[in-house]
Amino acid sequence: MRLSDADRAMLAGVEGPASQLAMRVVVKLAEVAGAEELIDVTSAHIDGCLYHGQSGLDFAERLVLGGGAVRVPTTLNVSLLDLLHPDLYLGDQETARAARGLMDAYVAMGCRQTWTCAPYQLPGRPTFGEHIAWAESNAIVFANSVIGARTGRYGDFIDICAAITGRVPNAGLHLTERRGAQVVLDVRGLPDRLLDEDAAYPLLGHVLGLRSGNLVPVLDGLPAELSEDRLKALGAAAASSGGVALVHVTGSTPEAPTLAEALQHRAPVRIDAVTPTMVRTARDMLTTAGQGPRRLVGVNVGTPHFSVREFGQLIWLLADRNVHPTVEFYANTSRHVLAEVEARGWLAPLERAGVRLVVDTCTYVTTILRRTDGVVMTNSAKWAWYAPGNLGVQVAFGSLRECVDSAVQGRILRDDALWSQL
Amino acid sequence: MTPSGRSYEGQALVAGAATAPALVLEAPLSLWGGMDPRTGRISDQHHPQVGATVSGRVLVMPSGRGSSSSSSVLAEAIRLGTAPLAILVEEPDEILVLGAIVADQLYGRTCPVLVLAEATRRIATGDHVRVAGDGRVTIIRSDR
Repeated sequence: MRLSDADRAMLAGVEGPASQLAMRVVVKLAEVAGAEELIDVTSAHIDGCLYHGQSGLDFAERLVLGGGAVRVPTTLNVSLLDLLHPDLYLGDQETARAARGLMDAYVAMGCRQTWTCAPYQLPGRPTFGEHIAWAESNAIVFANSVIGARTGRYGDFIDICAAITGRVPNAGLHLTERRGAQVVLDVRGLPDRLLDEDAAYPLLGHVLGLRSGNLVPVLDGLPAELSEDRLKALGAAAASSGGVALVHVTGSTPEAPTLAEALQHRAPVRIDAVTPTMVRTARDMLTTAGQGPRRLVGVNVGTPHFSVREFGQLIWLLADRNVHPTVEFYANTSRHVLAEVEARGWLAPLERAGVRLVVDTCTYVTTILRRTDGVVMTNSAKWAWYAPGNLGVQVAFGSLRECVDSAVQGRILRDDALWSQL
Repeated sequence: MTPSGRSYEGQALVAGAATAPALVLEAPLSLWGGMDPRTGRISDQHHPQVGATVSGRVLVMPSGRGSSSSSSVLAEAIRLGTAPLAILVEEPDEILVLGAIVADQLYGRTCPVLVLAEATRRIATGDHVRVAGDGRVTIIRSDR
């Protein structure tokens, strides 16, 4: 591997112990990835600020003690705590203290206190073709697919090491030839009315994740110029049910103006037809609540973090109705989007209707839900995928309309017109 | 009982030695959201082997999957002593490697991570497997 003089200096400890440790980790990753050199990145997004245990804190504090400071603009993913609404946290205080210590360590290294899994909703996001080091699976797939920036599937530890060194292995999705689609998923067999529904996109993403393996997929046959919210939901689902880090969508994503360009003019390994049955199966996999008593205790939206536009839809669907008193309704978002929601005068009506806004964290990674003894409904495939394991709740996937109507009525309502197409 | 002593050439991404019974996963596992580092138990409700314990085993799986937080979970499991004694995957997995090398830097102990083609076909749950520092994987006893 060819290392630059600056790389070698860091590795030798010239810039202090934190840079040395960080460069050691970057070089080790480069070896595993078979990279011939390291390249510069222009930004980083850190997932390591979410507390999983002592080891994450030990690593961050080791870097802080070693003089660690980020070299590129660096945003922070969700943490365990909502610092603006600390009363929401119901977990033990010892964990909260450790989680706070972890957050403080990353801030001490110069990271911005964004605390969001959707850094692509912040101003000044990366642009097409930029090399970046982003962690958090949904942010990775969004950056690669929707923005056309280039990031590997980075995770905890390497994220901060890349931010401190400003370097990553020149491998994987940083390389043009590795970004071509290899498997085509043809959705022309799905009813048009279904594809007009937001709920179709997390389900398609779920199918995509299960069927892509480690290949780069392209979805072909969808309406052109899908909204960023739909692409967000699609990517997040694909990165939960599978290891997808880049998905092309013909007519919507920048490297896929046409199917041929998405494929980089190569023949696909496989062409799969997506059938209504696959979409139905996805919905059923994301619904653990059985046929027995299905008491609705909660609704969770905003995984990944709700955008301003999604809050607009939520207000429109609520239509001046209130959430039923037996249902907890949480909307997860960033403090940046919260400020915009407030500026638009939307916060007070949402709170009056019984919607609780959660920032800096997400309800499926921390202890916020007061009721876990029934079914929780969500429009997020990612929330539905992880919450049963993380929180022990039963989940039911539904459209945002179904979530809102159910929350108002206090029981699970299904939009038969939507699902009868499958 | 089939002949034992079968030996394969793997690629050590994180080198180390271990001998233990294998746990072969039928499906990829994301350690984050899929394995509880306090117990070493598979907690992914969607995984066919939910409830199985990875601790003290040579964990064999097709690949890692999903969340980029799995590095932390592996490092935490190594710290707590609940990690597998080695992990064999069928394709290189950077997320697992990161967890293993950071644990080594912090605590001076690690979990060898190896790539072995067709590992889930060549090894069965319960086989006693020896992993060597040079990447050689030997089935020292198989009850198949």
